[in-house]
Amino acid sequence: MKKIYLGVAFFYLSVLSAFAQTDSTQNSSYKTRKLKVDEVNFVSSYYHQNGDNSAVTGGIGTEKLSDFANSFDVTLSKSDKYDRTHTFDFELGVDHYTSASSDKIDPTTISSASAADTRIYPSANWSMKDDKKHYTFGSGLSYSQEYDYSSIGGNIHFTKISQDNNREFGIKLMAFLDSWKVIYPIELRQELGSGGHKPRNSYNASFSLSQIINPRLQMALLLDLGYQQGQLGTLYQRVYFQDNSVHVENMPETRFKLPIGLRLNYFAGDRFVIRSLFRYYTDDWGIKGSSAEIETPFKVTPFLSLSPFYRFYTQTAADQFAGYQAHNAQENFYTSDYDLSKFTSNYAGVNFRFTSVDGILGMKKLNTFEFRYGHYNRSNGLNSNNITMALKFK
Amino acid sequence: MKRIRKIALLTLMSGLFAISFSSCSSVKEYNKMYLNDSEMALSARQNQKSEMNFMLYREGSSGGNGGKTGGGCGCN
Repeated sequence: MKKIYLGVAFFYLSVLSAFAQTDSTQNSSYKTRKLKVDEVNFVSSYYHQNGDNSAVTGGIGTEKLSDFANSFDVTLSKSDKYDRTHTFDFELGVDHYTSASSDKIDPTTISSASAADTRIYPSANWSMKDDKKHYTFGSGLSYSQEYDYSSIGGNIHFTKISQDNNREFGIKLMAFLDSWKVIYPIELRQELGSGGHKPRNSYNASFSLSQIINPRLQMALLLDLGYQQGQLGTLYQRVYFQDNSVHVENMPETRFKLPIGLRLNYFAGDRFVIRSLFRYYTDDWGIKGSSAEIETPFKVTPFLSLSPFYRFYTQTAADQFAGYQAHNAQENFYTSDYDLSKFTSNYAGVNFRFTSVDGILGMKKLNTFEFRYGHYNRSNGLNSNNITMALKFK
Repeated sequence: MKRIRKIALLTLMSGLFAISFSSCSSVKEYNKMYLNDSEMALSARQNQKSEMNFMLYREGSSGGNGGKTGGGCGCN
């Protein structure tokens, strides 16, 4: 792990130093602004969950899991001769998790390779904003790698801004080309064979429309169209039938998703903000979900805010879902993954944010410090806690 | 009953949107002091990445919040 972190730090320092040497004075006919570092963000979080409906063991057994996630990103910008602003964003994320249920893929070992894994996901994005013509255009690439899963992603986006800067319409197209190493539960490997990789591709089109209503109220409407094809079932998740026979999860090879969201933010008085998000989701696996969340930042001082938040979520079960020993041999598709069951969930916590232009804790470049804690519980017994710390350097 | 709830929710969302649009006025740059506050951003906070990620795994639905709708990880 130390080697990974050192490697990551070295990579980013190299990128940073390469850009810092850009010479912007080669052409004297115009004045190009030098590439400068806008901000550097470091986000670190710890997640821990527990429950008794592990999909790896057919809907019964521990779901204990811990995840330590870190991301580091650098944003740089420069202007060109047409006075357009180019923004470059480089991000690297490293997650390390331990999972008690994944260890049950092969319970004969004391602690198998699947008990813990590290996911590394770098990305690079570029965007160009033209203030005169009121638009932004950009694209990006991403990569993700974990023990049994790799992904290559690409995106392009375009945003048109109204003349009075009160309205924005954006479209973003994304594609993820993923490859999944086939891993079966230990007792089924002889029967099903082994080895190989299976593809899973995801294509998303996101549309957003944001509007300023008045000097204190603004809103955004978000619509995503998602289509997935390939290996959508998880091959190391067991399903026990009524006759006590064991199978691996089998799901359709395509999935169409349609989520829609509405954000409304209102600044009340001089210290109080109301942030809200309503979301509705439907897909062709039979899941319908909706969520409502509200966060109410209170500005103790202009630089310090405390924000309690609450989110309620409800979903129906996927057509293919049934619990332990509830499926029968007549079914074509089957899963005992309780993430696809019918449930409601609550998520509540608080966000602490401190900003200072003069620096924090003696560090002049440290502009913002944020701490966020949330507790999540699901009506089927799963509970989790999430702690995040974020630092912004400017 | 479920269909009624769904229709009511969609009606509420489209109604709110329609009302908001019909009553919005052009706000000048010098009047955007509150709108430009960092707490008013029409996107998730940077430190919400982790919770958006675990919800992507732990819930059957995704998207509609500025995050991903799938892909890039072993989640659905």
